[in-house]
Amino acid sequence: MGVEIRVEGLTKSFGRQVIWQDVSLTLPAGEISVLLGPSGTGKSVFLKSLVGLLKPDRGNIWIGDRNLPYLPEGQLYDTRKLFGVLFQDGALFGSMNLFDNIAFPLREHTRKSESEIKRIVLEKMEMVGLLGAEKKLPGEISGGMKKRAGLARALVLDPEILLVDEPDSGLDPVRTAYLNQLIVDLNAQINATFLIVTHDINTARTVPDNIGLLFRRELVMFGPREMLLSSEEPVVRQFLNARRQGPIGMSEEKDVSELEAEARMGADPGRLPPIPPQLMPSDGRVRPAQSPPGAWLRAHGVQPPPGSFVDETGRNWIEEWPRYVATMGPVGAAAGPGQAPPPGPPPQHPHGPKPGMPPAGGPHR
Amino acid sequence: MTTPGIGANQGADQTRESGKGPGRLTKFSDGLVNVAIKEPGRFFALCLDTFRAMFKRPVQWREFIEQSWFIVSVTAIPTMLVAIPFGAILSLQVGGLIRQLGAQSFTGATAVVAIVREASPLVTALLIAGAAGSAMCADIGSRKIREEIDAMEVLGINPLHRLVVPRMLACAFIGLFLNGLVSVVGLMGGYFFNVVLQDGTPGAYLASFNAMAQLPDLIQAEVKAFFFGITAGLVAAYKGLNAKGGPKGVGDAVNQTVVITFMLLFLENFLISALYFQLVPQKGM
Repeated sequence: MGVEIRVEGLTKSFGRQVIWQDVSLTLPAGEISVLLGPSGTGKSVFLKSLVGLLKPDRGNIWIGDRNLPYLPEGQLYDTRKLFGVLFQDGALFGSMNLFDNIAFPLREHTRKSESEIKRIVLEKMEMVGLLGAEKKLPGEISGGMKKRAGLARALVLDPEILLVDEPDSGLDPVRTAYLNQLIVDLNAQINATFLIVTHDINTARTVPDNIGLLFRRELVMFGPREMLLSSEEPVVRQFLNARRQGPIGMSEEKDVSELEAEARMGADPGRLPPIPPQLMPSDGRVRPAQSPPGAWLRAHGVQPPPGSFVDETGRNWIEEWPRYVATMGPVGAAAGPGQAPPPGPPPQHPHGPKPGMPPAGGPHR
Repeated sequence: MTTPGIGANQGADQTRESGKGPGRLTKFSDGLVNVAIKEPGRFFALCLDTFRAMFKRPVQWREFIEQSWFIVSVTAIPTMLVAIPFGAILSLQVGGLIRQLGAQSFTGATAVVAIVREASPLVTALLIAGAAGSAMCADIGSRKIREEIDAMEVLGINPLHRLVVPRMLACAFIGLFLNGLVSVVGLMGGYFFNVVLQDGTPGAYLASFNAMAQLPDLIQAEVKAFFFGITAGLVAAYKGLNAKGGPKGVGDAVNQTVVITFMLLFLENFLISALYFQLVPQKGM
């Protein structure tokens, strides 16, 4: 099971420049959260603070009953074993081939036999679709493969928390879609707490359970996906819809005259686009942490924009949901990390044909 | 918290982007404080942490042996090629002077003073700093900018224990042998030039050599070489672990490593020599 991360009043500055201040949020155990923000708002700094690579100026990061910024070195290294982190470029060790890279944490931290290590490594490599590339050096493979190898290495110790830094940077849209599917499938399988830092709108709209947005040195909003996708808050609205109209400007934020000019031009923020259905695990099950579509909206009496939760085959997922859960297995039925992978086609295979998604393709974009 | 010394400067790039820059005077005083206090302080913190990490289990033998071999491979041949002309030039210079004074039979004695005591630790220092230190800094620096060091820390592995300690010890260990190599090759070069080219006699060379030389000469040179190795390893690690700003940052770090190591090693050389003369009585002629 995943672990809850509770961040309280976190502040970080470099020299005189405040990166963000008073960030408080809770990453619920087992859920996927996405942290968004324009370039240069310190998303990666936040991620690095969460694993204790950077020390915040103020604030607490509670992981269970341990407050990460104030742990002595020995306990810090110990706590880090709960984490798997995928860095932007994979951060593979350049002097080792992929197999040794992925086996590295096992060899360092466990007393497993070499044959057992081989079994685990090959299993993880298959999971990310890298079988056959064991002997390749990181310098010889593409960016997408590096990311997948980095992901396999992050997964090899069965982490409780997985942090992913820009899974989509430098990847083509198709590979990004596969990687997103892989993240959802992984969450269903290992049920860890996920935090994804990105500025890919598509990822943010379809993958997570929760979304957070950093802007102007503050966490503007953090909450369930449906809450942010239906929010009228100008910054959230502008960012999640990738528009030019709004407070975010080219360099950082727009000044008053620019905003006035925009208003004179009659720039209309327009209606909110429909909320897309959430990406489902490709084996057709429901993730333990997943809540039914529209649940948050109903609970708060918010009317979703017309056309919401309808996938490209025209099915409305609010209506489809009870039937889907009934046929595909109850919530929480996903396989745990120790169990065998669920039957059916392998969840992903970036170089092979896309596995069929029962029934008739599930809600993907 | 994070390993002190590592990433201490991280984010300095972002600081530069801030619109409201500090005044020129503040910048200058900040720079001064940085050079005079912060950098040495961070370096010292790294030294202490590395020292602590030295006694952690398991000992990284494999890395130690690989690094030792690597250092041998980049320094052995250059060391010899530097040592031969060094011995020769000493014989030529000093030999000419000594002949004018009519003390030709003491050429061997000069070789002790010049080569065993001073030249061999210095040549070792040059090679350790220039070849081994720079290569080490480039290696660690490129790992740093590829986020490998961060990844290692996140995987729960202390990079000081895993990378820095074996490198530093390998550097010191190989320094001992390099020093011996320089002494032997340099003396052979000096002997050859004195006896073959300057018509000295082998007997006089060896006799005067023995009159002047004593075992502590060699020991102090080895002690120097050991400390040179430690210093070079630590400076290379410090600069490498704080490299930032892409490939150019690594280049800068390597450059600074070589310059700083040179300065420190020459200072250490002087200090150890001064100590040696105070502690060990010298032989009379």
